[in-house]
Amino acid sequence: MSRTAENYRGYNFAYLDEQTKRMIRRAILKAIAIPGYQVPFASREMPMPYGWGTGGVQVTAAILGPSDVLKVIDQGADDTTNAVSIRQFFEKTAGVETTTETGKASVIQTRHRIPEAKLQANQVLVYQVPIPEPLRFLEPRETETRTLHALAEYGLMHVRLYEDIAQHGHIAKTYAYPVLVADRYVMDPSPIPKFDNPKMHESAALQLFGAGREKRIYAVPPHTKVVSLDFEDHPFEATKFEQPCALCGAKDSYLDEVITDDRGGRMFVCSDTHHCETRRCEGHLGPLGMPVTEAAE
Amino acid sequence: MNPLLVAEGLSKFYGARIGCRDVRFALEPGEVLAIVGESGSGKTTLLNLLSGQLAPDSGAVRYRLRDGRTKNLLDLSEAERRLLARTDWGFVHQDARNGLRMGVSAGGNIGERLMGVGDRHYGRIRENAMAWLGRVEIDTGRIDDKPTQFSGGMRQRLQIARNLVTHPRLVFMDEPTGGLDVSVQARLLDLIRGLVADLGLAVVLVTHDLAVARLLSHRILVMKDGHVIEAGLTDRVLDDPQEAYTQLLVSSVLAA
Amino acid sequence: MNPVLQVSGLSKAFHLHLHGGTRLPVVEGVDFVVHQGECVVLGGPSGAGKSSILKAIYGNYLASSGAIILDDGEAPVDVVTASPGAIIALRRHMMGYVSQFLRVIPRVPAIEIVAEAARASGFSPDEAGGRAGRLLAHLNLPERLWNLPPATFSGGEQQRVNIARGFAGDHRFLILDEPTASLDAANREAVIALIAERKAVGTAFLGIFHDAEVRERVADRTIDVTRFSPVREIAA
Repeated sequence: MSRTAENYRGYNFAYLDEQTKRMIRRAILKAIAIPGYQVPFASREMPMPYGWGTGGVQVTAAILGPSDVLKVIDQGADDTTNAVSIRQFFEKTAGVETTTETGKASVIQTRHRIPEAKLQANQVLVYQVPIPEPLRFLEPRETETRTLHALAEYGLMHVRLYEDIAQHGHIAKTYAYPVLVADRYVMDPSPIPKFDNPKMHESAALQLFGAGREKRIYAVPPHTKVVSLDFEDHPFEATKFEQPCALCGAKDSYLDEVITDDRGGRMFVCSDTHHCETRRCEGHLGPLGMPVTEAAE
Repeated sequence: MNPLLVAEGLSKFYGARIGCRDVRFALEPGEVLAIVGESGSGKTTLLNLLSGQLAPDSGAVRYRLRDGRTKNLLDLSEAERRLLARTDWGFVHQDARNGLRMGVSAGGNIGERLMGVGDRHYGRIRENAMAWLGRVEIDTGRIDDKPTQFSGGMRQRLQIARNLVTHPRLVFMDEPTGGLDVSVQARLLDLIRGLVADLGLAVVLVTHDLAVARLLSHRILVMKDGHVIEAGLTDRVLDDPQEAYTQLLVSSVLAA
Repeated sequence: MNPVLQVSGLSKAFHLHLHGGTRLPVVEGVDFVVHQGECVVLGGPSGAGKSSILKAIYGNYLASSGAIILDDGEAPVDVVTASPGAIIALRRHMMGYVSQFLRVIPRVPAIEIVAEAARASGFSPDEAGGRAGRLLAHLNLPERLWNLPPATFSGGEQQRVNIARGFAGDHRFLILDEPTASLDAANREAVIALIAERKAVGTAFLGIFHDAEVRERVADRTIDVTRFSPVREIAA
């Protein structure tokens, strides 16, 4: 207790009061019991604005224990403002150990990516979700979308994909690509790139989704079927990249475009910073990469 | 004959006010029934009762399903009723915005029902959409345009195509030509007449326009204050009305 | 063999609710029959109720009392008590009506109007098209008009489209309500020939013809409608 007492600095463990955490845990349990179903919950005001991951933060706060090791990523990176501030928030309010190493973390909160390293059975991935309703832009009435989910009337979802093909010749949606979970509920996987969609399928880790402003929690339990929607004659295809990561040479990771100067210079690098670093430490080098040294850090 | 739909003593009250009272009739396959009367006479209430969108306070609507069973709509689950509504029924609204997805292309609007019953082949859906656009006389080149870019008459025709793509047996129409220019109305009426005859559709048509009722329907129910006050063969009711109110209605139409 | 049409004890009166509930009797005690292959003409001055009798037989007017039995050789139907569905079926398969005026959907081509009537009585679309063309040709409607809607046609041209429509089906019984009123001599001949041709194959006709010459030539019998005039109630 002395360790926690020292670290709380006047906050309850992990900021939220115990009643709230219990309420959120009940919602999480229900979400796990009904894979892909959006469970309403009494989302709280958090000391950060909506859009900064208040849903994910509440889910993390509700499941975090003193022995957990937390990793926070934003678009794959551990060092962006959003990731850094959420990590600091839990360091301060829960005093838990934090890490950037995917393999070491027991809880990973993410905004818009799934780490490249395969997740394990003892890990939980917490997604920050801006808009949980996959049917939202097709059917604005919440009463109607709930009915559509209840009756599994998902023709509308394919209308959206149809529109893409009609306009672009292929399904142009590259992120927040809708999936069917456990053959029952259509789910918005949050704005992860569709590159990451196959990683959700039969994942060993528990996946939890929290939408703070929209007050919804949903889940994909470990080893659950997750299928990206498509047409027979336009099957789902994960994004492929033409070149390897400029720094680590990886050919199978999701790449971000980085503008290097104002004359059109650019390079493509792993969006998962920890993955890239690990590979460089292991000696992999891309065309523009430099060996990792203590000095470089 | 084996009726497709039977209304048995349908009543609906809004507090003390009568929505409609003790309405009974049978609709045969391929028959077009017009429900006429002025605003507030209970036409729309009756239409909503018949299509299961409103539960009656008493009475029943029996519908013969495609498998031959006849069921009270109230005994169907929500899922069954909705499936019925998007496969075996059609709805043509006066305001196309209530019947179309305005943000979705014409092709997507027509394809929705097909995708809703599990068609997952883009090419086939699109072919079907093309064929239906042709059938309702919309240039197939407009397949990727949104209804917001369509004229009022085209929107109505698109609504019809969107409904007919699953080959329904019964279509509910609420003032399908209301608010359209007269020139557009004539063409739409002719199209509806042709489709109804070719496809053997049964239609429940709500209208206050007696000329529309004459052109499209076989039979008329005249409603006043929630009651059916006169019913019969369309041309008989319009040419030899028996009730005082029907005589008033018929004699109030301006001859062009 | 039963008559095609048997009218007995038919009366028709109008109740004018909007005019103080006035009861306006038109005909009473109408009794007559029409046999297969014969043309019966209703005679009498204008206002005697000839048209009302035709309309009551077609189901367009509701008879006040009496019976109108139509026999298609299978099941006789009383138009007075028949359901709307039964009357629609009769009109499709058994009885046709050629009115004085053409009432159609605007902007539909003439040939389509005629072909639709043929389709409605059971002809295939191809047969219906052929039938429509032959009828319009027989009635001397210039071929350049076939694909135009009749709204702009002259009265005589419209009337010929109307007659073609009435004859397009394969009805055993045709009601003719002054079909030759606005036709010239040549076209009257065409209509008379058409009636004769159909009579020869057994079609029964009941008609009104103002033109005495036409009436003489087509009528097998004439029934004077004035004998069905109601006893007028004399206001005190």
